[in-house]
Amino acid sequence: MKQLLTGNEAAAEAAILAGCRYYYGYPITPQNELINYMSVRMPQVGGTFIQAESEIAAISMVHGSAAAGGRSMTSSSSPGISLKQEGISYLAGSELPCVIINIQRGGPGLGDISASQADYFQAVKGGGHGDYHTIVLAPSSVQEMADLVYDAFDMSDNYRNPVMILGDAQIGQLMEPVEFYKKQKNNLPAKNWSLTGAQGRKRNIIKSFYPVKGELEEFNAHLQKKYKMIEEHEIRYEAINIHEADIILVAYGTSARICKEVVKKSQQFKFKVGMVRPITLWPFPKEIIRRISEKVQCILTVEMSAGQMVEDVRLAVESRCPVHFYGRTGGGVPTSLEVIRKIVEIVPDNKVANTLLKLAEVK
Amino acid sequence: MTEKIILAGFGGQGMMLLGKLLAQAAMVSGKFVTYFPSYGTEVRGGTAVYHLIISSEEIFSPLIEEADTLIVMNQPSYQKFKGILKADGLLVLNSSLIKLKNHSDVRIQKVPATEIANKLGNVLVSNIVMLGAYLITKKLFSANQILDQLKIILKGKRGDLFAINKQALESGIQAI
Repeated sequence: MKQLLTGNEAAAEAAILAGCRYYYGYPITPQNELINYMSVRMPQVGGTFIQAESEIAAISMVHGSAAAGGRSMTSSSSPGISLKQEGISYLAGSELPCVIINIQRGGPGLGDISASQADYFQAVKGGGHGDYHTIVLAPSSVQEMADLVYDAFDMSDNYRNPVMILGDAQIGQLMEPVEFYKKQKNNLPAKNWSLTGAQGRKRNIIKSFYPVKGELEEFNAHLQKKYKMIEEHEIRYEAINIHEADIILVAYGTSARICKEVVKKSQQFKFKVGMVRPITLWPFPKEIIRRISEKVQCILTVEMSAGQMVEDVRLAVESRCPVHFYGRTGGGVPTSLEVIRKIVEIVPDNKVANTLLKLAEVK
Repeated sequence: MTEKIILAGFGGQGMMLLGKLLAQAAMVSGKFVTYFPSYGTEVRGGTAVYHLIISSEEIFSPLIEEADTLIVMNQPSYQKFKGILKADGLLVLNSSLIKLKNHSDVRIQKVPATEIANKLGNVLVSNIVMLGAYLITKKLFSANQILDQLKIILKGKRGDLFAINKQALESGIQAI
């Protein structure tokens, strides 16, 4: 049955249906519907809900129940996610599965409470200290939010690795019909590493501290091997009209919805616009972008930031074609008209530019 | 078919519920729908605004740049959002609280919603009076489709809220 829910509520319900029974949070706009929903639902399913005294406390509580083998989650928005970075690094270093939701708002600093995609670097390049990665998933609708939260728990258990859902204020606040139909995978590895009481077995140790010379390097080699495996198996993206496209748009989340509209509007014209929407931001879908870059005139990356994911696009393209950027910051959401104007600006052919301008006027 | 509606009023005038009833009716009738509330750093007495899009096709941006319909409950909301209505759009306004200077071209439905709701005995149902007026004008959904959703939303709530809301909806329909 379909329900009309906000992205925040859909994320919370999906987590509960995925078997999450430990949630710790600290209020911050624009993700308060999530923590609010959890405060009602967790007691109903016999789970644990704690409104922690701070974001740092919340992420540390995640560390505790994840170490004991429970499906654990926390959520926040940009400034709160910054506070959690130490804990995230420890979770990655201790190889603990968990899900962290970031409903991004404007920054830097306290910023504002409107939608933003300016935490991309923080999410995919580490954020905390040390050579680590979280798997980063980017939903662009309320339904996809629910689906990805499900998958996030399975992926985190499968790889013993934290997974971050990178949403934004618009996805969090937006209400859309959503259906909960996914089921937990049943071929996940047993959590025989977890701290459940050592009676009758060898004790388990969860740690991220390797003071003996050589041990830490060995552990890092193990992590890197795991990350390589994740890169080989977990890359996800949506590709639209990529064959025969003259220009490719690359965008995720809320920006991708706007780019989809541009692709749709352009279908009636000769100049072909296609798009790639990364669903996993780490691992980044670099292979498809590399392949595309050999065929198209240019690529345009659209973000609600001053230009962050565009760096990963450029790394994938390796100068095979020009990579342009259009972004809005501080709560600005690009419109399809703005994106079309940018395309007009970067397309060298005047004839094409003229048809595109006509296209821009199509409502 | 695509209908882009901006709903605005004082916080507490029930725009959220009005939009939710339409959005849920759209959802169960198999349409695409996005419903995006304002959640700004609002002040008491400020305006609450909601972007509602109902379509037979996939909806991309949930933000409305040009509205087909503007439903407004009070003067500040009208002043703030009148510019977003397209030239031949529909304006449904609460004439109990809004004094209209000439707004050319657009189709206008004046509904004394606060007055009607007061007569019914509960000013809180003025939003549903407005909904009735909108329904009979645009005919996107029947009154029964809305009442079905109202039943679902009111489930578990105290008192006979359904009866007075039904009356309010009918009064709104008759006001046009």
